[in-house]
Amino acid sequence: MKRHLLSAADLSRDDAELVLATADEMRSLADRPIKKLPALRGRTVVNLFFEDSTRTRISFEAAAKRLSADVINFSAKGSSLSKGESLKDTALTLEAMGADAVVVRHGASGAPHLLAHSGWVRSSVVNAGDGTHEHPTQALLDAFTMWKHLGESKPGGLEGRRIAIVGDVLHSRVARSNALLLRTLGAEVTLVAPPTLLPVGIEGWPVETSYDLDGVLPKADAVMMLRVQRERMHGGFFPTAREYSRRYGLDGKRMAMLQDHTIVMHPGPMVRGMEITADVADSDRSVIVEQVTNGVAVRMAVLYLLLGGSEPAVGGEE
Amino acid sequence: MSTSYLIKNAAILGGEPTDLLLQDGTIQQIAPGLAADDAVEVIDATGLVALPGLVDLHTHLREPGREDAETVDSGTQAAALGGFTAVFAMANTEPVADTAGVVEQVWRLGREAGHCDVYPIGAVTVGLQGERLAELGAMADSAARVRVFSDDGKCVHDPVLMRRALEYVKAFDGVVAQHAQEPRLTEGAQMNEGELSGRLGLAGWPAVAEEAIIARDVLLAEHVGSRLHVCHLSTAGSVEIVRWAKAKGVDVTAEACPHHLLLTDELAATYDPIYKVNPPLRSAADVEAVRAGLADGTIDIVATDHAPHPHEDKDCEWAAAAFGMLGLETALSIVQQTMVDPGLLDWAGVAERMSYAPARIGRVADHGRPIEVGAPANVVLYDPGATRTVDPSESASLSRNTPYRGMELPGRVVATFLRGKATVLDGKLA
Repeated sequence: MKRHLLSAADLSRDDAELVLATADEMRSLADRPIKKLPALRGRTVVNLFFEDSTRTRISFEAAAKRLSADVINFSAKGSSLSKGESLKDTALTLEAMGADAVVVRHGASGAPHLLAHSGWVRSSVVNAGDGTHEHPTQALLDAFTMWKHLGESKPGGLEGRRIAIVGDVLHSRVARSNALLLRTLGAEVTLVAPPTLLPVGIEGWPVETSYDLDGVLPKADAVMMLRVQRERMHGGFFPTAREYSRRYGLDGKRMAMLQDHTIVMHPGPMVRGMEITADVADSDRSVIVEQVTNGVAVRMAVLYLLLGGSEPAVGGEE
Repeated sequence: MSTSYLIKNAAILGGEPTDLLLQDGTIQQIAPGLAADDAVEVIDATGLVALPGLVDLHTHLREPGREDAETVDSGTQAAALGGFTAVFAMANTEPVADTAGVVEQVWRLGREAGHCDVYPIGAVTVGLQGERLAELGAMADSAARVRVFSDDGKCVHDPVLMRRALEYVKAFDGVVAQHAQEPRLTEGAQMNEGELSGRLGLAGWPAVAEEAIIARDVLLAEHVGSRLHVCHLSTAGSVEIVRWAKAKGVDVTAEACPHHLLLTDELAATYDPIYKVNPPLRSAADVEAVRAGLADGTIDIVATDHAPHPHEDKDCEWAAAAFGMLGLETALSIVQQTMVDPGLLDWAGVAERMSYAPARIGRVADHGRPIEVGAPANVVLYDPGATRTVDPSESASLSRNTPYRGMELPGRVVATFLRGKATVLDGKLA
């Protein structure tokens, strides 16, 4: 693997499958009485969050702690975009404290890229979501969840599987990372959205696109619903929340169109009643809670592999 | 008494080598084999091209207000080193150049610095706010004699206000230089809108936001019979619209910037805001179209849009960074590389695009004159055979935001003369 994880495009197929396999081992830890490994003892992981995201931060925090790393949470809300402390000065401070890995969440697309390439820090940089660009560990945990359900946990298990990603693709870092990673893993991705919420130039992406959710659902093996912020309505991307839900929301009636094995996913936080109804979110097909559990295992795998874990992660040392 | 210069073996506009005698501020003689006397300084210009002093219709000197980025003194030093003898200073200073007082201050600072002539551009609207006209007549009548008006950095987007401005400046033969950017189509925009902006998650600045304003403005200019200048045209569609308007007889001129002749939006993938500029770097197809438009005269001039910014405004996240890049010291080299070396323009064409035409548009009589006996001695000697690697730390600008850092560029300005006085000799400030 490369030294940083900035984009899902940084992962080759071998890299991605190594993360999935390693995460599978990490996942098995959850069933043990002691859920902790010594693998990153003495290493320091900094969670550098310029945007609020409690769920992503605690997921990384749990992952690092289960690997015995020291964790520092650095909440720098109000970045240089709002004339607070600059990214550069924050980075220099962290470097002076000796971080081995920096997990960064930032509202500006490319901020993790800048951190990794600026020379300000020597540590590994993990992108925990940047602007409307990418969120690669979310894509990895989504892929892991699909791989467990649809791919028999085997290499190549997602080959040819059909994944529908539905909603605000334009503003979604999750959609970008998922599209890239799932293609790398051989899945066929269809992005479904009203035309106003698909980026210009999407014809060049390695995905299918559709404006018609009902046409896509019967063929999908997994359906991932993206959060649609109500603010988008004021941007004129669609006329009303009701109309959005009617055309692109997943409700019980649409769920009935799915194949028996098809799973329903959501990266959270959900807007119940907007893109997904409560009965779908809480149904047997929904793997939304499992995604959260898998998030910790996948982030353990990423931190372990980036920080040079060459020994087998599980077993040995204890 | 000022020094006289005898320039030996200079190729005027790349023609046959000849000698030029610069004396008392004018070109006194042009002939091969002129004899030197003790009173003149002789400059061997063998292998050098002599061009008329360059004129930049679009420079940001930042003074007053942002003297940490540039001053009139430092910016005009950079201009002289780039071969310019006149620059037009944009109005988006702090305070804005929207009164006779501010434009006279900038004009006076230019005279005091003495590196090149400074012609202030006046704001079209008060405070660049796009709400009501600034006192354009007062600026025109001031000592600064303003003829070019622009809200550059912002677009005069209100169609009624733009119409009034176009009409009003006719009284003193002025021109409105429009920064063509439809504001609603570019809210939060960061880079050229295309496949790459979608992939990078950077908000797009669509070509149509430029083209829609240019199309509207050429129609307005035609309707009211005014002249219009289009700043930093950057897209293939804009070239087509200007070409169409000129064919219809609309009195429109247009400029292209060196960076839009060379660099493409692919550079945004670095997330290095040194490449962040407004209008943004466009696609390779746009670059081709802009070059072709400049070659066939659809685009009248090259203007630098020299936009200095302090380091901290570029050493940050892309979205937080300022728009703009340096341009004065590299403009001629970029034009050589993109236009002259590929055979799209000869040196006469360069003189037209970088000296005669910008002076005509800006209505200054003493610049942009052909190199001939009796003309003001505004001359640049340029070595097209030289190459150099751009080192930002060598710039005379107070800022370092050049996108050409580390690039090897052709050509070197050897000497610049302003009314017979050397501002640059041996490639250094005289």
